[in-house]
Amino acid sequence: MTNQPGADLHLPEGRRAGQPCVNILHYWRAMWGIIGRELWRFVTQRERFISALVRPLIWLFVFAAGFRAALGLAITPPYETYILYEVYITPGLIGMIQLFNGMQSSLSMVYDREMGSMKILMVCPLPRWFLLLSKLLAGTGVSILQVYVFLGIAWFYDIHAPWQGYLWVLPTLMLSGLMLGALGLLLSSFIKQLENFAGVMNFVIFPMFFMSTALYPLWKMKESSVLLSKLAEYNPFSQAVELIRFALYGQFNEHAFIYTLVAFLVFMASAIVGYNPSKGMMVRKGGG
Amino acid sequence: MSLKKKGLSLYLLLVAAGAVHAETVFVTLEKDNALAVVDPVEGKLIKTVPVGQRPRGIAISPDNKFLYVAASDDNAIKIIDAGTLKEIGKLPSGEDPETFALNPKGDRLYVSNEDDSMVTVIDVAKKKAIKQIKVGVEPEGITVSPDNHWLVSASETTNMVHWIDTKTNVVVENTLVDPRPRAVSFTADSQQLWVTSEMAGTVMILDAKTKKIIKTIKIEISGVTADKIQPVGVVIDKERNRGYVALGPANRVAVINAKTLEVEKVLLVGQRVWNLAFSPDQKRLYTTNGTSNDISIIDLDSQTVTKSVGVGNYPWGVAVKP
Repeated sequence: MTNQPGADLHLPEGRRAGQPCVNILHYWRAMWGIIGRELWRFVTQRERFISALVRPLIWLFVFAAGFRAALGLAITPPYETYILYEVYITPGLIGMIQLFNGMQSSLSMVYDREMGSMKILMVCPLPRWFLLLSKLLAGTGVSILQVYVFLGIAWFYDIHAPWQGYLWVLPTLMLSGLMLGALGLLLSSFIKQLENFAGVMNFVIFPMFFMSTALYPLWKMKESSVLLSKLAEYNPFSQAVELIRFALYGQFNEHAFIYTLVAFLVFMASAIVGYNPSKGMMVRKGGG
Repeated sequence: MSLKKKGLSLYLLLVAAGAVHAETVFVTLEKDNALAVVDPVEGKLIKTVPVGQRPRGIAISPDNKFLYVAASDDNAIKIIDAGTLKEIGKLPSGEDPETFALNPKGDRLYVSNEDDSMVTVIDVAKKKAIKQIKVGVEPEGITVSPDNHWLVSASETTNMVHWIDTKTNVVVENTLVDPRPRAVSFTADSQQLWVTSEMAGTVMILDAKTKKIIKTIKIEISGVTADKIQPVGVVIDKERNRGYVALGPANRVAVINAKTLEVEKVLLVGQRVWNLAFSPDQKRLYTTNGTSNDISIIDLDSQTVTKSVGVGNYPWGVAVKP
């Protein structure tokens, strides 16, 4: 592409590209620039919005309905009585929305890199971690919008949580969204071309989703394979789903919270290293 | 300081409100030979006390002082002090008592004797059987109308409900119903009798005057095969707004609009749900879930199952003390 680094950046007077920016307003403006761009992209791409909703809704209306009678669920916290399968997988599908959103963001990063707009972002005179975090917040914000629309539709399908749960789930969605987004960022630093995204589907999204507590509880998995249940237990996606599940019923799952937080920090730190031109993956890829 | 006071008074108010609604749920545990005592507001099992061999049917006296428990393998109905939970006597029930009914005054107790095809009438004060009434084969469900006019016994193999005049203790009329009638229950105004059929998966509403079926409600649940829908226990609220039917191995309770006589919804509870009882204020419904060894608590305002509480092996009957 013909874009020059920093070509359409509005740099503050007296500053050159690459010079650290100390004014908090610049941080603010940059963050909103990135979030605004992502939100604008999301709003204008109606197909993306619809497809992001259709995926979990198909799982809810078709898959869960088919398995409604097949799976008898014992009472496990946070539930206090017997529940239908649809109720069980709802937090898992919320996790699915965020997982796909995180991966979609990583896909858009690869796209941005191919198109050259990544360079513009990266030469912004702000720390790289801040730019990546802003990008992450933008993606998480979009995923939270999707989740609430999904929960709204699920409400009409008789899937109700206590009203406090809908508030409690918000901060957990922030953390789980950031964690899954950070994973996406990390992956995007590895992916050279857009075509490689299929690999992400096969090697990351599917194993993460199916080897988790999103679709079946751990005790059920243990019946067939202890190894599988262990893998699911240590899967950060499982922990994010459990964090959401408990929050939706007004409860705080401390273990899941710490696990998800640590996973986020590890993924984020690795992504920042991955996006460092002198150290990370960019070197191998010739600067992206 | 004033905030603290306000907080304290709010707390006291809440405690008082809780105390008003405090009630005790008693559940017979068929395989534990015991009686489970549950605080349904807290949703906790308080204790379990031994109560005789294979306890099944249970009822509480109108003054809430005594519990009557059918101890099937002891061939007796035990009288338990509802306060101390100590056995204070027993009634001669005949062999293998399972279900029984107490009349509104609490002075007569009627027991179904399944093996002898009899209903035994017991004088509670004298602790004596005063009559045996011949009914159909395998009598099971039994109830007395709230106006004390009718005693109704349902026989599982004859597929009939027998209308017995409580003054004469004689069968006056029989109504043929769907196969294997299990439970019978009158509406509070004594005008209707609801009968469940285990094999047909139906609930029949009978007019108490004509003794004829007004409507047969076939219960169907999408995703649950018909053979699993086996209606058993049935209760109807005082205002006759809704009736509730336990559906056995379908693990659900059907909510029936008592005005339109249509199924409004089904609620998921524990496994093999058999018997039901209202809280005294009729704001909650308790279900005994035989094979999942728990009871489920249904909030009737929101029509949702709020909690299931483990009680012990094979919960069978349920009675509530205010």
